[in-house]
Amino acid sequence: MRYRIALLTIVTKEVRRFMRIWPQTMLPPAITTALYFLIFGTLMGQRIGDISGASYMDYIVPGIILMSVISHSYANVVSSFYSTKFQRHIEELLVSPVPNWVILAGYVSGGVCRGLLVGTVVIGISLLFTTISVNHLGLSCLVFLLTAILFALAGFINAVFADSFDDISIIPNFILTPLTYLGGVFYSVDMLPELWQKISLANPILYIVNSFRYGLIGVTDIDITVALTMIISFIVALIIFSLYLLKKGVGIKQ
Amino acid sequence: MKALSIRNLTKTYGNGFTALHGIDLEVEDGDFFALLGPNGAGKSTAIGIICSLINLSAGTVRVFGHDLVRHSEKVKQCIGMVPQEINFNQFETVQNIVLNQAGYYGIAYKEALVRAEKCLKQMHLWDQRHTVSRRLSGGMKRRVMIARALVHNPRLLILDEPTAGVDIEIRRSMWQLMREVNEQGTTIILTTHYLEEAESLCRNIAIIDKGTIIKHSKMSDLLAQIKVNHFILDLADRLAQPPVVEGYDIVQLDSQTLQVGIPGEKGFNQLFLELTRQGISVTSMKNKSNRLESLFLDLVGG
Repeated sequence: MRYRIALLTIVTKEVRRFMRIWPQTMLPPAITTALYFLIFGTLMGQRIGDISGASYMDYIVPGIILMSVISHSYANVVSSFYSTKFQRHIEELLVSPVPNWVILAGYVSGGVCRGLLVGTVVIGISLLFTTISVNHLGLSCLVFLLTAILFALAGFINAVFADSFDDISIIPNFILTPLTYLGGVFYSVDMLPELWQKISLANPILYIVNSFRYGLIGVTDIDITVALTMIISFIVALIIFSLYLLKKGVGIKQ
Repeated sequence: MKALSIRNLTKTYGNGFTALHGIDLEVEDGDFFALLGPNGAGKSTAIGIICSLINLSAGTVRVFGHDLVRHSEKVKQCIGMVPQEINFNQFETVQNIVLNQAGYYGIAYKEALVRAEKCLKQMHLWDQRHTVSRRLSGGMKRRVMIARALVHNPRLLILDEPTAGVDIEIRRSMWQLMREVNEQGTTIILTTHYLEEAESLCRNIAIIDKGTIIKHSKMSDLLAQIKVNHFILDLADRLAQPPVVEGYDIVQLDSQTLQVGIPGEKGFNQLFLELTRQGISVTSMKNKSNRLESLFLDLVGG
């Protein structure tokens, strides 16, 4: 009961934080994705034609939805937890009888809420440009949720190690964004030369995008069981690593 | 039962610097205890360890019998912490800061609302409860931190230089608040650079220097050791040169003001007898260290 209240307190605080700044958190993804759909889907998509039997617009919708989920679940936790460290109100949590798993679950849940909310907004925007047929609702929802959890965890780890505001933008700009664009959001890996196809298999975002695409339009370059196993394995590994960092007090205790 | 019992506490930081060299410390339940020392002496490190903000290197810390390492959650339930620097989210409202802290301690929202009201009223912040905290004055922010630390009814309140940088008027009002909290049964450990503050509030004292406890005694015992007290005397008439009184160190600050060092064993009577004999009339006397503060309070009407 005590832990549940503590968890709810952190989650409520986090949700209140990103809702308070909704013009920064909710509006930009709506505008950006509308532009993606307009330029890549409507204008260029007509020239590109179909991929694996799906129109180009339908093909890119799952990836663009997940791009928003990835970037916002990550951004929420990395900025919030780093600010908590920077302004030292992490001490409010450290002096309280809140177990590490509750701290982790609270911040990750905040990131998941924002990721899913932004994802839902983007789904709404996409419906202005196309109709989304759902091939497998359960799988779609599962991947939607797991993606938010995975990148919220990654954002948490980034925040733990960050020593400056520069450190919280390096990973998203130089690693996350390239991986997202190279993760098959706008193309099928079958279109790449064989070497690049193999290199692409090391990109976790490829598995995520293809799982979600399969859930929505039934098209994938990757075996779904392998993809889900990879995603869940990443999540478990990041949870264990995050709890280890909290236990050791890395970045938050001396 | 001891509120706090520290044995052989050692802290060596990652860079090899040892901030605490195996200190021992005990604080009685209900005490108002001063932990004093110069900058870098190890006060904040010791408090950081007690409050789980810093990992200890060796030794044991027990709070009301609970071991800090083995039963950290029970220890944390007992402690309320008021840090030296503002460490709450300055974009939150005053009430939310206190409510969030209650939530971290597992206090249900309805109960937290009642407690937050009580604490904020006690700290004279109830009217500011919906104010975003960054808009508060420095003194109000400090009181928010005390309200936050009290919301879970801690048995041990740790105040790390709570009045650092605040003006004398606010400091005095915070002293009164701290006294009230202590009178209600909460043990208080205070670190401060204002010795007058410790002298006024605390019954027991430890002095730490270079990571070692160099004094641990009752405040009255410590004060009894003071060899010479210095006072400022205001005179009725101008003096050309300072009077000489055997056994007293007298310095003339200006034509109508003397600073007198009075040895503990001598007292005032002999001094005043001798000054009277020399035709010197004293109109007022003040403790040297309080003079400016008293003048300031008179000016601001505090």
